[in-house]
Amino acid sequence: MNPFSYVRAVDSADALRQRAGHAAAYLGGGTNLVDLMRETVARPEKLVDVTGLSSAITQSDDGGLLIGAAARNTALAEHRVVRTRYPMLARAILAGASGQIRNMATVGGNLLQRTRCAYFYDTDGSHCNKRRPASGCDALEGFNRNHAILGASPACVATHPSDMCVALAALDATVHVEGKGGARTLPFIDLHRLPGDHPDIDTTLEQGELITAIALPPLTFASRSNYRKVRDRSSYAFALISVAAALKIEGGHISDARIALGGVAHKPWRAFKAEAALQGHEATEPVFRAAAMAELADAQSLSRNGFKIELATRTLIATLADLAGGAS
Amino acid sequence: MSIIDSAKSAAQTLVQGAMSKLVPLAPDSWIPGGVPDPLIARKHGLIGTPVSRLDGPLKVQGRARFSAEVDAADIAYAALVHAAVPRGRIATLDTAAARAAPGVILVMTHENAPRMNAPALFGSSPTAVGPADLPVMQDDRIHWNGQPIAIVLAETQEQADHARSLVVATYSIEPSITSLKAAKDAGPKPGLFMGEPLLTQIGDAEAFLSAAPYKIDHLYRTPRHNHNPIELHGATIWWDGDTLVIHDATQMVTAQGLTIAGVFDLKPEQVHILSPYVGGGFGSKGLWVHQIIGAAAAKLAGRPVRIALSREGVYRIVGGRTLTEQRVAIGAQADGCFTSIIHSGIAAMTPHNNMPEPFILGTKVGYGADSFKLSVETVEMDMVANTFMRAPGEAVGTFALECAIDELAAEIGMDPVDLRILNEPVKDPISGLPFSSRHIVEAWRRGAERFGWSERITTPGTRREGEWLIGMGCATGTYPYYRMPGAAARITLTRNGTATVEIAAHEMGMGTSTTTAIVAAERLGLPMDKIDVRYGDSTIPGAIMAGGSQQTAAIGGAVIAAHNALVAQLLKMAGNDSPLAGLTSAEVGSEDGALVKLDDPTRRESYASILNRAQMDSIVASEEASQPLEMMHWSMHSHSAIFCEIAVNSITAETRVRRILGSFDCGRILNPKTARSQFRGGMIMGLGMALMEETQFDERNGRIMNPSLSEYHIPVHLDVPDIDVIWTDIADPHTPMGAHGIGEIGITGTAAAVANAVYNATGKRVRDLPITLDKLL
Repeated sequence: MNPFSYVRAVDSADALRQRAGHAAAYLGGGTNLVDLMRETVARPEKLVDVTGLSSAITQSDDGGLLIGAAARNTALAEHRVVRTRYPMLARAILAGASGQIRNMATVGGNLLQRTRCAYFYDTDGSHCNKRRPASGCDALEGFNRNHAILGASPACVATHPSDMCVALAALDATVHVEGKGGARTLPFIDLHRLPGDHPDIDTTLEQGELITAIALPPLTFASRSNYRKVRDRSSYAFALISVAAALKIEGGHISDARIALGGVAHKPWRAFKAEAALQGHEATEPVFRAAAMAELADAQSLSRNGFKIELATRTLIATLADLAGGAS
Repeated sequence: MSIIDSAKSAAQTLVQGAMSKLVPLAPDSWIPGGVPDPLIARKHGLIGTPVSRLDGPLKVQGRARFSAEVDAADIAYAALVHAAVPRGRIATLDTAAARAAPGVILVMTHENAPRMNAPALFGSSPTAVGPADLPVMQDDRIHWNGQPIAIVLAETQEQADHARSLVVATYSIEPSITSLKAAKDAGPKPGLFMGEPLLTQIGDAEAFLSAAPYKIDHLYRTPRHNHNPIELHGATIWWDGDTLVIHDATQMVTAQGLTIAGVFDLKPEQVHILSPYVGGGFGSKGLWVHQIIGAAAAKLAGRPVRIALSREGVYRIVGGRTLTEQRVAIGAQADGCFTSIIHSGIAAMTPHNNMPEPFILGTKVGYGADSFKLSVETVEMDMVANTFMRAPGEAVGTFALECAIDELAAEIGMDPVDLRILNEPVKDPISGLPFSSRHIVEAWRRGAERFGWSERITTPGTRREGEWLIGMGCATGTYPYYRMPGAAARITLTRNGTATVEIAAHEMGMGTSTTTAIVAAERLGLPMDKIDVRYGDSTIPGAIMAGGSQQTAAIGGAVIAAHNALVAQLLKMAGNDSPLAGLTSAEVGSEDGALVKLDDPTRRESYASILNRAQMDSIVASEEASQPLEMMHWSMHSHSAIFCEIAVNSITAETRVRRILGSFDCGRILNPKTARSQFRGGMIMGLGMALMEETQFDERNGRIMNPSLSEYHIPVHLDVPDIDVIWTDIADPHTPMGAHGIGEIGITGTAAAVANAVYNATGKRVRDLPITLDKLL
């Protein structure tokens, strides 16, 4: 870890001011950033602690929810409205990390955590285009069992590690950010990017932009939603595959659906193709299967992760079937 | 080796050869343990009662000072720089930025390190425990990816860690062997373990196999495992004049002190190793290069050095369990009796160490058969030296053997428990020696009944609960009774009725110090709170390595010897005015703070009275244990029957262990409380081995890619189900206290029991560990 200075921002304007002109980083709970600093993957000269900014979780006028970026993961998972109206989000958060880490981690920080690809972390001995642009990717022919099957590029096959973000992608969340150009909002699904030729850039945020809040739309049918995570041990492991899904079923037919996949791509993967394949169809196993096949038609495997295509297909079908079963 | 050494070793081999022929034939009474230890018959003392760890409160309150917490004035903190290539030479090593970084005291590399001898390789002499026969930071050569190439000393740990990241190395890379295929292509070599070839042949096993009406013949694979004791390896080191003091986390204070003395050309008494607390060892807490580098840096800096490895540092320089490929073939007659057992294969090793994972050891005593072919060959790879890890040999060997038994049972259509009991040998199937104590059939029967084995549905894949397929599996575990030579104990008895018992043994969290207090209290006839056990210090006489599950027996034997010496001294002091006058030490025992005639308890005199009359405050008896000849006279082993029930998700293939039972036959259990914990811990480690543990060793460059507890998976709480532990508690009549060491047996058999349950649940045989879900989809 390199020497750095530390300041605590009192508000977002202060945070932006403190951040400007420095090789600085915003610090939330530090549950990923501090690890990255210990491994010398990240070497900020200055940390601007933004945990003092809004952590409020409030119902907005449209019936949705506004979540301050400094809200702790635990607080969000425990929130009554989240548990009753967006159960997939509460379950996604609780499926991640450990109790201690969730108590520390902030919602804003969770969005900006970086891949757990082993080659990304190995500063001394491995090549990684994400860590050092144009240095090569050792994961392509190496340990890629938990790497991407969708949207990858020859430059990078890493996956985004968050569980919470998979639910946010499914829920049509919006991200509130502030930067030197002022405040703006963007759809959550546009926050993270696919690797392309620039895997070193994880998000579409401008230099120095600060996430201040996440907004959830009302999406009333999300009260029937779930998050299913498949991993190598019962707890404290990143998803091999995860599925966040909400179904609106009327008269046995699917009138609306929100689906996202985790563990499959460089970003939380909104499954638009599967949603489209479900729209208007009967809530039956063959329809679910067709939807899963549609979403994974473009999936490509690497040397060690071929099983993830089958696993994603099965998990998606089972998650949808569970939700439909609850309707009958 | 000099000519004299060669002659000595030849003579020793001759003597050992003669001994190995004579000792089995000698009358029992000539052999240690030939006359049962009197403590076996004592049923109402402390032995067998649950006693909490005496050091528990200290540890829970954080008051136990572990090796990397020992205070020293003016301490310098260390951080290591590791090589990033598997083999070659350091081309350039730029330390200028590191030396200029804040707080840096010095940077030591091969260019400025003091000259040191290579540590004597483990096994090259009785006291040699070097990890490899490689010089440490003496030249520019790289032998494995992760080898330390520089050490930074700084005023704080943070400064040292930062400065280490500023060292820049470049390499001239040389050809290396980092893939198993390349290693196999280079050719396997015969394995040697403790000087014995790992090769046993009785009859023509291949011919018996091909003639057998029932047979199985499969290849089983086990991956590398890394050590993950919760306490990271670390030491606090200083030079006191010409004496080197190392507060270390080690399982071998005595041998380590002697080996380090050899590195620095010191006399044995010039190295003082202290290791009162070890936060888990499992075979990993011994001599690695960090203590040597730390001691050299302390010399160079003229300051005490604290070298506390990071978790990654442990993965890079502390070896683990190596990978194996094992063929197991078993032939059986129509009635299920084995005609042929073949267990052979390869284990990876390095060109510089001597640890061929001896996976056939358990097979040598497992079952009777008409013919055997057992062998381990080694292949060499450029990697960190592999080493012992809980039940080296048996942990991975029982996986292969006990899966094969299960496969054969399915082939024959027999219950796997019945098949095992049918093939139970009456004497050691290889050596022909009688068993000292073998009650495995009882362990099987009691375990099966308590577990509800009869509920198992034989046809695989037919028991279902919702999404989950349910299966049951079982396997035998085994581990030898060892008692290594060289143990000693020193007992100091005082007039006010207290005793100090000193042994050069180790407390790694398993409860050794507590059990020693129990045994010493019983042996001396004193209350446990009057016994002070001291250990983990190289200045204590004797050597008791915490390895091979032998500490309990070795300490027991040493305390017997020292107690006998103490009794003899006391009788001599007691003289003619004592009620004990004229008695020999064989006629006298200890009871209630007194010496007592064994068959006439009215003839007694208290320790206090004897010492008072002699006007002495205390007496000291120090004695070496008897030679462990019992191991050559009987076949001595512990046994277990492991049962487990698992659920495999039919959609995702996730496996969950629902319950597991271990039924153990390990002699008399001295402290049920700590024993139960040892058994459970071993079984949990076995669950990890079965389902998730695997070092990701990148075969392109020999680099370990998951050097952290987040990516190297071991079971979390939620992976560990209800664990039931029972034991026969039948004393081995030929061991101290009737006990066996129990530190390692829990892991043996467990992985096979899980794999066999997975087969019962799904109909799928997974023969390469770990059984991750992708292998079951």
